[in-house]
Amino acid sequence: MDFELMINSLPKLLNATFITLKLLTASLIFGLFIGLFFAIIRLNKNPIINKFAYVYSYVFRGTPLLVQIFIIYFGLGQIEYLRSTALWVILKEPYWCAIIAFSLNTGAYTSEILRSAFQTIKPGMIEAGQSLGISSKIIFYKIQIPIAIRQSLPAYGNEIILMMKGTSLASTVTLMDLTGVAKYIISTTFKPIEVFIVAGGIYLFMTFIIHNVIKFLEKKYSY
Amino acid sequence: MELLSFGKTGWGDELLIATMMTIAVSITAMFIGFLFALIFTPLKLSKSKFLNLIGNSYTTVIRGVPELLVIYLFFFGGSGAVMYVASIFGYNEYIEINAFITGSFAIGIISGAYSTEVFRGAIQSIDKGQFEASKVLGLKKPVHFFKVIMPQMLRLAIPNLSNVWQITLKDTSLISVTGLVEIMRQSYIAAGSTRDPLFFYSFAAVLYLMLTYFSMKLINKLEVRYSRGY
Repeated sequence: MDFELMINSLPKLLNATFITLKLLTASLIFGLFIGLFFAIIRLNKNPIINKFAYVYSYVFRGTPLLVQIFIIYFGLGQIEYLRSTALWVILKEPYWCAIIAFSLNTGAYTSEILRSAFQTIKPGMIEAGQSLGISSKIIFYKIQIPIAIRQSLPAYGNEIILMMKGTSLASTVTLMDLTGVAKYIISTTFKPIEVFIVAGGIYLFMTFIIHNVIKFLEKKYSY
Repeated sequence: MELLSFGKTGWGDELLIATMMTIAVSITAMFIGFLFALIFTPLKLSKSKFLNLIGNSYTTVIRGVPELLVIYLFFFGGSGAVMYVASIFGYNEYIEINAFITGSFAIGIISGAYSTEVFRGAIQSIDKGQFEASKVLGLKKPVHFFKVIMPQMLRLAIPNLSNVWQITLKDTSLISVTGLVEIMRQSYIAAGSTRDPLFFYSFAAVLYLMLTYFSMKLINKLEVRYSRGY
């Protein structure tokens, strides 16, 4: 066991953790909006509209995240037209490509979580609102959304942890996140176990924090 | 379309073989995962605190650390570990482990952690009376497990195992980093030599979608079979 290497690599790995966290928060925020949008669309009565949302979530949940990143990072650059638009400023950066891929991916999972949360709301709650003469818009924002959020907290907590692990794939498109730096140190020192313990420890610590925050929120919003 | 033709001019046959490889790795990994689950599920359910701790550390660590990191550990550390064990037995030559074995082992350990959780949940949700009844009837331990607990556990576990299968199937794309020629690696090679990444990665996505779609169909049939009588 090379303890010196473990201590020496810790600051580098902690530095890289910031990139991991940045990727994670950005994707979760975008993903939540995408997820909410598709969850609402999915509940639409128009079959074409809700089929679209279904196909979106099916495709993104049925293919590996790695393929999604590669299509966005390597694939989209091939389209000549895109290169000439303003979008290219974003799409040529691996950082933004990773965030786009992660957001679309977590958005698909989030939409499923929120959809099932909306569907488990008892019709009585909505009927109670209606009989009190509350407008359907306010029923949606003040009754359905808060209940759905509470309902989906445990599953969403799992999704956050899965997404945190997913950000490790950013290292495949040249980003030096926690896994990317860990791989670099392993391949230069050939001490995989030591680096795995330190990097894995950081990931576990983040998992632990997320897990407990979600647990706290669940308790706070329980009814 | 001619990019997908068979023979020397197209990539059709290569991608077909790569798909077979993905299926082979997924099945091997799933099987290795079952072996791990067979060891760790009893540990998690055991009354001993110490055994519990071992079982829990396995599932917590593996499920809390990115798959890619585990794969790097095996990829860079695998042959070193094997060589170390071999040197104890007096064999000092260089040993290189094949990418298929490293890959399926790494994915297998990950899949095993998920399977362990599924089996634990399934066993815990079997009615307590079933355990007591087979004890009262004086059934031998193996008979009790294989004839009473296992069939009920499988019925409860299959829907969740199908999720584990999906995760495992998608995780195999990550072992392309070790150089094993499965769907992702083959698409990478094809994309590099034809300069058409958009087409090949999209095609890879379609292949994965087909794999997940058809395996779901198959698992649904299994589910129906195992829930006969309920």
